[in-house]
Amino acid sequence: MRRQGLLLALALAAAIVLPLVAPGYLVEVGVLVFFLAFIGQSWNISGGFAGQTSFGHAVFFGTGAYTSTILQITFGWNAWLAWPAAVVAGAIVGWIIAILSFRAGLRGSYFALITLAFAEAFRILANSVSFTHAGLGMLIKADPRPANFQFRDPIWFYYLALALCIVSLLIAWQLTRDRFGARLVGVRENEDAARALGIDVFAEKVKALTLSGAIAAAGGTFYAQKYLYIDPNIAFGVDKSIEMLLVTMVGGAGTIFGPLLGALTLTGVNEATRALASIVPALKNVQPLSLIVYGVMLILIVGRLPDGLARLFHRVQRHA
Amino acid sequence: MLEVSGVSKSFGGLKAVDSASLDVRSGEIVALIGPNGAGKTTLFATLAGFHKPDAGRIVFAGRDVTGEPPHRICAAGMVRTFQITQPFARISVRENLMVGAYLRVQDRGESRRRAEAAAAQVGMAGQLDRLGADLTVAGRKRLELARALATGPRLLLLDEVMAGLNPIEIGEIVEVVRAIRASGITILLTEHVMQAVMSLADRVYVLNQGRMIAEGTPAEIAGNPAVVEAYLGHGAAGALRA
Amino acid sequence: MLDPGILFAGVLNGLMAGGIYVLVAVGLTLIYGVLHIINFAHGSLLMLAMYAVFFLWRLSGLDPYAALPIVIGAAFAFGYLLYRLVIGRLSHGRDENILLITLGVSIVIDNVALLLFGGNTQTVETPYASSFVQLGDAFLPLPKIISFVASLLICALLGLFLARSDTGKAIRAVARERQGARLVGIDVDNIFALSYGIGIACLGAAACLLMPTYYVTPSSGHAFVLVAFTIVVLGGMGSFAGAAVGGLIIGVVESLGGLVLGEQLGQIGISAIFILILLLKPSGLFGVRQ
Repeated sequence: MRRQGLLLALALAAAIVLPLVAPGYLVEVGVLVFFLAFIGQSWNISGGFAGQTSFGHAVFFGTGAYTSTILQITFGWNAWLAWPAAVVAGAIVGWIIAILSFRAGLRGSYFALITLAFAEAFRILANSVSFTHAGLGMLIKADPRPANFQFRDPIWFYYLALALCIVSLLIAWQLTRDRFGARLVGVRENEDAARALGIDVFAEKVKALTLSGAIAAAGGTFYAQKYLYIDPNIAFGVDKSIEMLLVTMVGGAGTIFGPLLGALTLTGVNEATRALASIVPALKNVQPLSLIVYGVMLILIVGRLPDGLARLFHRVQRHA
Repeated sequence: MLEVSGVSKSFGGLKAVDSASLDVRSGEIVALIGPNGAGKTTLFATLAGFHKPDAGRIVFAGRDVTGEPPHRICAAGMVRTFQITQPFARISVRENLMVGAYLRVQDRGESRRRAEAAAAQVGMAGQLDRLGADLTVAGRKRLELARALATGPRLLLLDEVMAGLNPIEIGEIVEVVRAIRASGITILLTEHVMQAVMSLADRVYVLNQGRMIAEGTPAEIAGNPAVVEAYLGHGAAGALRA
Repeated sequence: MLDPGILFAGVLNGLMAGGIYVLVAVGLTLIYGVLHIINFAHGSLLMLAMYAVFFLWRLSGLDPYAALPIVIGAAFAFGYLLYRLVIGRLSHGRDENILLITLGVSIVIDNVALLLFGGNTQTVETPYASSFVQLGDAFLPLPKIISFVASLLICALLGLFLARSDTGKAIRAVARERQGARLVGIDVDNIFALSYGIGIACLGAAACLLMPTYYVTPSSGHAFVLVAFTIVVLGGMGSFAGAAVGGLIIGVVESLGGLVLGEQLGQIGISAIFILILLLKPSGLFGVRQ
């Protein structure tokens, strides 16, 4: 235990020091890693701990991004106030989708598909409605002052992302130690057995998805503030849903560090293919290559290593 | 403690349980027996809330729990085990039991203590760190039992907890069940292992084709011709006497 | 409100499109019925088949309809191998896992297509593409009618195959009772691969029938997958009659949705139907209870 604690402390120290000594490029990579780990943890809560595989988590992410953006642009809210509002919106959407889906008794693949359909429906709506500026997307006016949740120096986005990642790790850690988390695992492993032990399976699943929605929405706002532009595809697209799923499945669903491991892996693959593309000029477009590797990894991990990479380091996170 | 009156349950056209009634008094061990397909597990599942009865009433500890969902009935203190064991495969025995213990407590430490106590009660203290998936049949049966115990039940519904065990294991479980009753928990069990039933039960109910056909002490039941016929076929009682 | 003539044309066009969707849905239904796999790669594989039709036409001038036997054969082989080498090998355990594996396959196929073919849309130009047949107020493109009829024929042939041939009977046996089929000596693993292959062969046929009037782009997979699943869920997972009826209904919904709500919002009809069916009647119209 002490060795683990020491390693964690060292990693944290390295993460804090990194942007002060590393080139700007690496800082950007760092932001991406911690951001991915954060939104991945959102998927981990409902998909990893509670075992409800979702193919449409972008619905929560996009809800957060659009809520905070619309509040700023259309209603003149301050970004820092819009953020909690976005989180609440994400929680509400999570709550609604959970109530509808679980009331109808949807599980397993059917649940995965209906979340996909919800994300797609939101995407089409966002693409058609003037409230969200339809397909044009929404542009946040660049005014890089901290009061606006915009920073001139990317180092602040880095530290914010790091903080968010740490918060998400703490939430996951808490889930491995408390009653709620234990109940989610029971629901995941065997719903009937869980019922027979007094667990209100429906209520726990709803709670999990609500929490998950809130976290994903928080990530949505962060994304919008960093890039200052969102559109229906970025916010609600399948790519985003797959990213959140992949990061957790590869790293280890149901583990504390799974999403972070997955984020590191995926980002590493991305950087590697980018390096490859600079050497091999024929590969102009890097992103598909990364995604091909992701797809292969998903197939191999699910087929051969269902507990993800985390298993290579230590057993599936223990509760006791 | 438990009053079951006229409970019926049908699936499609098949009446699995037909107007069954039984009662269990506090501190008793009551057995429910009957040939395969008699409807024992269906009745258990109905009592525990997994099926809604088509007719009848279930009153537990003075409260009508007919039609309530399983988690509420468990919270009320009537807890079932599953005939086909349902372990939480990918977590440890300790964690399995803690899920049960968390019904009554919120604190992790206390939950852990109760889990370990439940494990000790069934003789699994040495297996707390094994994964649910790695247990033998006997281990899984004990896990079912321990997990139900961890919830702090008042009445245990044990569904064929001895099925698949060898005679030594059966003997051990019989002792465990006795000890559980001695600790103040009432037990309603269904079993095929007759010798265990006869030695444990204070009273026995016999279910055949969904209907209760007999009730009494183990000795009374053993001599009941209707019971013999249920198991061995029509006319068997007469043939045996002859 | 809309002119009844436009509505009429919309319905007819929708039915024509729906007829081809039926073929796609039948493939998905077969795969689900026999293997109990929800083939998330269905859309991506259709996209791939459509590119195959495109390149055959581009490189050798082969008309899409004439390409039917080639593309069907190639699609069958591809599906068979895909099952044997990837899906069959790695699919064990919970059905979400298999769904995830087919998701992985679809991700790989989509991005290989993106890498190799770029993001442009591609179409096939045939000499009869601008020919129309008039039915009342509606002008129906000739290729759509040909495709519709061809699709029905192919479905009928498939139905005959499943009903009469020995392999077809074996497939139905495995679909109904896996263990029993094994016990009577049917090579179940081979039947699985065959069934998957046939399901993909249906996609090959659908690709040939779609290309004369549609376009293809690497992201076509996404659009088709939701359509295919909506049809199958609407009709009832595992029901061929359901796939047929569902396909036609969805074709019409898509067409009318576009007319009434406009190009952008019209697409929401599919997602909405999917969500509503799952929430209200998950077994669909002709649901086969498992």
